[in-house]
Amino acid sequence: MDIKSMKNYLYWLYCQFELITCSYLMEPWEKLLFYSFNITMLVMVLYIAYIFVPVHITMAFQFFLHLFGNQHENTVSIVK
Amino acid sequence: SLIQEAGCLCVFSVLYFQKNGISNGTLYKKTFIEHFEQAPMYVAVLTFLGFGVGTIFGYLRDFMRAWGLEKRNVATEREQQKDFVPLYQDFENFYTRNLYMRIRDNWNRPICSVPGPQFDLMERVTDDYNWTFRFTGRTIKNVINMGSYNYLGFAETDVNALKTVTIELQKYGTGICSTRQEMGTLDKHVELEKLVAKFLGVEDAMVFGMGFATNSMNIPALVGKGCLILSDELNHTSLVLGARLSGATIRIFKHNNMQSLEKLLRDAIIYGQPRSHRAWRKIIILVEGIYSMEGSIVRLPEIVSLKKKYKAYLYLDEAHSIGAVGATGRGVVEYFGMSPDDVDVLMGTFTKSFGAAGGYIAGKKDLVDFLRTHSHSAVYATSMCPPVAEQIIRAMKCLMGQDGTTQGKVRQLGKNTRYFRRRLHEMGFIIYGNDDSPVVPLLLYMPGKIGAFARRMLEKNIGVVVVGFPATPITESRARFCVSAAHTREMLDTVSTADVLLKLTSDAKEVGRSCVSVILNLNNSFLHLFF
Repeated sequence: MDIKSMKNYLYWLYCQFELITCSYLMEPWEKLLFYSFNITMLVMVLYIAYIFVPVHITMAFQFFLHLFGNQHENTVSIVK
Repeated sequence: SLIQEAGCLCVFSVLYFQKNGISNGTLYKKTFIEHFEQAPMYVAVLTFLGFGVGTIFGYLRDFMRAWGLEKRNVATEREQQKDFVPLYQDFENFYTRNLYMRIRDNWNRPICSVPGPQFDLMERVTDDYNWTFRFTGRTIKNVINMGSYNYLGFAETDVNALKTVTIELQKYGTGICSTRQEMGTLDKHVELEKLVAKFLGVEDAMVFGMGFATNSMNIPALVGKGCLILSDELNHTSLVLGARLSGATIRIFKHNNMQSLEKLLRDAIIYGQPRSHRAWRKIIILVEGIYSMEGSIVRLPEIVSLKKKYKAYLYLDEAHSIGAVGATGRGVVEYFGMSPDDVDVLMGTFTKSFGAAGGYIAGKKDLVDFLRTHSHSAVYATSMCPPVAEQIIRAMKCLMGQDGTTQGKVRQLGKNTRYFRRRLHEMGFIIYGNDDSPVVPLLLYMPGKIGAFARRMLEKNIGVVVVGFPATPITESRARFCVSAAHTREMLDTVSTADVLLKLTSDAKEVGRSCVSVILNLNNSFLHLFF
């Protein structure tokens, strides 16, 4: 029953998406065009996020550490 | 112009006048509650998104049509006229071609029975996405009727009820073949006019064959050049047409807004006519009893006090309110407990609550005698046909309790109205209008939902009227229900639960609130769309 209500919920969400973006009104070839455009953009955004987000986060992390005066390991000198 | 409409997205607030406390409190004998709730911000954003996508695809289709990649079904200019001023490039035509055509199957549906609480529709299919229709020959039976203006349920075919109408039909026939002033005044018209005057409590009345023509042909007879017309923002086309035909100066005040009206009145009296600054010959205020797209009731007590203070005339169009509001069905004048002498020209139609056709104008005897000679409708238009006049006579006698039949229709309508509005409110839909008005607009906002709502309701055997751009502001499309005294409680329950099951409309509370009620109906009804 849980799977069924989950499926119903997803179907309802899909219907809401259709109504909001007027794709309910489109003819099949228009729908194909619209969905392929949307899915292409979404895939591109996700791919770029996958590639760049870790790099950006590491760089931002290092920047903030440097800003707050934390020294890197290799600049620590041993005082005798 | 989409951006213009963004600027004037409604910012009405809930108004609540009580008997004591607020400045005009003593004018209203009972509470006057109207709702014009504003939708949440995301609804407005999503509506514009939907229109944006529709516009982009509209441009794409226009491009394909212009370059011959798609067959042209639209009206275009001929080859020889290509260099003339373009006819079809404005926004209205763009909207009609690209957005209206996609959902055109929800309007102009032919019916094939009497428009009572349930009716039959002719089944209609389209093979080329609403450019052409064909009838399959079948009828859809017993569709619940939420669109007809059948407020008191007089649209019926019961033989006993229509006995007098049949007698008059056999006595007079159907055609009059003449105008009122030539040979078209029958004893039936005289009897009907006396009855209308008695029903409304005025001195005299005159009836006309067509309700729209009553407004558009009589306002030019009452006002002319040098007069001032103050007309409400949301007045019906018949009033607007009559005002424009008269040649008087027209100024518009905000819908039901007494401050705006008072300001216009003061400016008119202080500054007079535009260049000569002479006094206006006449100042007339045009309002309606119930506004059919909003469901709001006019603020009659305040308007009457304003008109008495500034010495203006009042023309009240009770097309939707006669028979439907008021304790005994005598319209907004009785609803507010006022006397009909306060209103100078009482106008109404018999199309809505009386199940007939035509209109009337009532008031003082001098006014009606003037109209009998000077109205375009009296001089040139054919008068009302006798069986229709008899139908109005029987309906009015029934309302006045004179012919022994039960008189509970107005009470039943009031109960149905309050019940239906309360149910829809509890479910969280945005409903406009006064709590006592039988016209219930349910806001849909997004263009995709207009078509979807009407189609899904028809699949559940409920016929509704949905309204979109030219009749309403572009971002506020709605479904308009007309409650009738002939609806039973089960019918109203069916309609309101159908709304919940569909869950296609914007909630006043958060969207996606409870999808448990969205069951298998959705699966069945949507799947067959795709395959």
